Amino acid sequence: MAAPFANSVSPDPALVALNRFGLGAKPGDEFGKIAADPRGYLEAELKQQDVALISPDGPRNAGLLDSTAAIQASMAAAMERKAARAERAAAVMQPATDDPAGPAVAKAKPLVPHVEADIYRDEAQARFDKALTATPGFVERLVGFWSNHFCVSVAKAPVVRACAGAFEREAIRLFVLGRFADMLLAVEHHPAMLFYLDNRQSIGPDSRAGKRRGRGLNENLAREILELHTMGVGSGYAQADVTSFANMLTGWTMAGREGRLGEPGSFVFNANAHQPGKAVLLGKTYPDGGMGQAEAALNDIARHPATARHIATKLARHFIADDPPPAAVARLGTVFSKTDGDLRSIALTLIDMSEAWSTPLTKLRSPLDYVVALRRAVGATAGNEPQRSLRWLSVLGEPLWRPPGPNGFPDRTDAWVSAEGLKTRLDIAWQAAKQADDIGDPDEMLGSLIGTSVSAETRQAISRAESRQQGLALLLMAPEFQRR
Amino acid sequence: MSLLCETPSLSRRAVLISGGALFAWAYLPRFARAADKRDPRLIVVVLRGALDGLSTVGPVGDPNCAGLHGDIALSLSGANPALPLDGFFAVNPAMPVFARLFKAGQAAVVHAAATGYRDRSHFDGQDVLESGLPGPGSATTGWLNRALASLPAGERVARLGGLAVGPSTPLVIRGAAPVLGWAPQALPTPGDALAERVLDLYNHRDPVLAAALQKGLDADRMALGDQLDGTTMKPKGGLDNAADMRQSAQGAARLMAADDGPRIAALAFDGWDTHVNEGGATGRLANLLGGLDGAFEEFEKGLGERWRDTAVVAITEFGRTARINGTVGTDHGTGTVVLLAGGAIKGGRVIADWPGLKPAQLYEGRDLAPTSDVRAVLKGLLADQFGLSPAVLGDKVFPESAAVKPMRDLVA
Repeated sequence: MAAPFANSVSPDPALVALNRFGLGAKPGDEFGKIAADPRGYLEAELKQQDVALISPDGPRNAGLLDSTAAIQASMAAAMERKAARAERAAAVMQPATDDPAGPAVAKAKPLVPHVEADIYRDEAQARFDKALTATPGFVERLVGFWSNHFCVSVAKAPVVRACAGAFEREAIRLFVLGRFADMLLAVEHHPAMLFYLDNRQSIGPDSRAGKRRGRGLNENLAREILELHTMGVGSGYAQADVTSFANMLTGWTMAGREGRLGEPGSFVFNANAHQPGKAVLLGKTYPDGGMGQAEAALNDIARHPATARHIATKLARHFIADDPPPAAVARLGTVFSKTDGDLRSIALTLIDMSEAWSTPLTKLRSPLDYVVALRRAVGATAGNEPQRSLRWLSVLGEPLWRPPGPNGFPDRTDAWVSAEGLKTRLDIAWQAAKQADDIGDPDEMLGSLIGTSVSAETRQAISRAESRQQGLALLLMAPEFQRR
Repeated sequence: MSLLCETPSLSRRAVLISGGALFAWAYLPRFARAADKRDPRLIVVVLRGALDGLSTVGPVGDPNCAGLHGDIALSLSGANPALPLDGFFAVNPAMPVFARLFKAGQAAVVHAAATGYRDRSHFDGQDVLESGLPGPGSATTGWLNRALASLPAGERVARLGGLAVGPSTPLVIRGAAPVLGWAPQALPTPGDALAERVLDLYNHRDPVLAAALQKGLDADRMALGDQLDGTTMKPKGGLDNAADMRQSAQGAARLMAADDGPRIAALAFDGWDTHVNEGGATGRLANLLGGLDGAFEEFEKGLGERWRDTAVVAITEFGRTARINGTVGTDHGTGTVVLLAGGAIKGGRVIADWPGLKPAQLYEGRDLAPTSDVRAVLKGLLADQFGLSPAVLGDKVFPESAAVKPMRDLVA
């Protein structure tokens, strides 16, 4: 849905750089300088060494666990919880005594700490820290895009809660300016994804394990790879392709707690569960090559023209408009195919396209982008982080790493312009303004957060505010702050 | 189509009868019974993720069911026996409220149902289910909103608008007709002063945001006026657990019970994509069904006297494989159930042209074959509750669906 005040005048290039591509202005950003060379401003961020990575050197990041360690911690906690439950059950089963202290002791026994929640909180903290300092945050936006494209949900199981952050660091951030095929391979090998889309337990019916245990195929991962991760729905594959691909993916799993197949919590290929024999996908026959069979297929579909179209459309929708200009989609698709899915070239193409600078800023910021932009704008506050931000994201309907389904959170404005959503943004803007440590002159904040293209109405509303807090809340609710 | 007006009267009834004749209906729409002061309501619950119909309402009388669904098949014996409905079908024991309503003639099931969509993508399937369009595409409006928009302007149901429950508006109720948004209050609220100023700014600069915020504020005030319990609020991500389902139903019912509350509402419950360890009479699916059952109970309680005229319908994008997969779950399938509840429902019936579960009877050798169209059920409800004509239903509400006739006599 287009903003009603869209007009033929191109938007302020500084706002395009900061809001369409970045995570929003921080106090002190110089709009004039950015507007003089907005493309150069964005390109400079892409040139920074390891810009997408969360540095383990940061004092707050040193304790972040890799996914194997995180999953092992979760497995150990699960065992402790199980033991504690058994103990409690045993205590209840004991014959009643006259001593009232008996059952009370059992009840008072400390609960097993939720290590998964601690890991999740630390990962969220690291992600917010990165988002708050990135300048202007185009790379973080790309991370967010791919993280949503290849989403997992912490609601699936404690194990996924423990490793969702590590998954983003290991499978998304490492490749966000690299090759699409490499990211795809990393994602589909990752225990978080194998767990989330149920491939962990999928067993080839004719494999040794399948014959012995009478268990078999689960086609969830195979279908979503084709439908969501690569080619897109209706792009020419059939149910037979899904089934065949699911057979090829059997054996892709995670080593269990006992470590029979490998380091507990790590990816392993379990040949015993792999469906033997050749398989046909999209008309091409793949000879049985163990793990290599599905890897070969992934490498092929990563380069399929339908994948280029699907990715190009989603990127253009994310960065330009809900219904992106066809020429922009076509160009992105061509670059994707010609560069073998080089995501740095794609990023450079995005910021080079004239459509990106001429299309009005009509998309509503997603809840995640809104919360980050708000925190960047407001600076230090009295709020207890990261719990406060995580709670905001939940009430806005975009809880971190917890999408409603494997298709991720919606990326169209009409999904977020809801009555409840706007009302909640108002509550959040007010809460943030009340908790802000030191609010400067709202008029000056306007200049450094929205720039000179601010509407007369917004300027007037803020200048007439009855308090600095109210002025700041109005700024955070202004159409110029909500839309990008 | 100004057939409806505010105050029911005998003379209006006469008009309505002639209206029925005008539209060449062979039966009198239930909404037209002005004399008994019917005030119909419709609640649509979208179950996202594809509900396993065979584990919700199990064909325990079909000898082939147990073989296909294995250890998780519903059964009339065992520790958690399914609750018998009619000698052939039994409902999951996690749904005692539904079973009670069924016995009381206030709940019904349409089995082996599916929309017109025959592929197995959740997201296209949900698009078709909620948009009401014949196929997937970039839909921006839902059939429930278009039904609302098709009612005569100024008519009570149209005037009071719809209600969307949850942090984002389900597609099924998105569109031109006004829709209130409501979700349990979770944050301290700013004073009216800030709200008015932001609204004023939006009115000048961004009418789309203005309309959304206005509706959000309105719904909030209505809910506060009803003294909704504001102490037990939980994070509002997707509604994918039993407590959230119950709580959102409670809020929706209180808003809808008000004389000036919305008559049409949509809720979306997530989490039905049970590929692994689905469980049967107990387990993951049963927990979710317990949440849905709790929602039915909250609707019944919260709507009070108005439950009499209410129809609740729970729909899902498609069913799941008849045979369990290799991980004691089920993959994406086709035929499933539509659940109906409410005092308005002519209940106590499982409506099914049962296709059977022999290998040759399964759709594409794997799914429960669909023999009823979900759209027929929805059209029947909209016709009976709000008097929408087959022509409007087949053209505006569910485009290009004239061949799908409204299912009759769903409403008592």
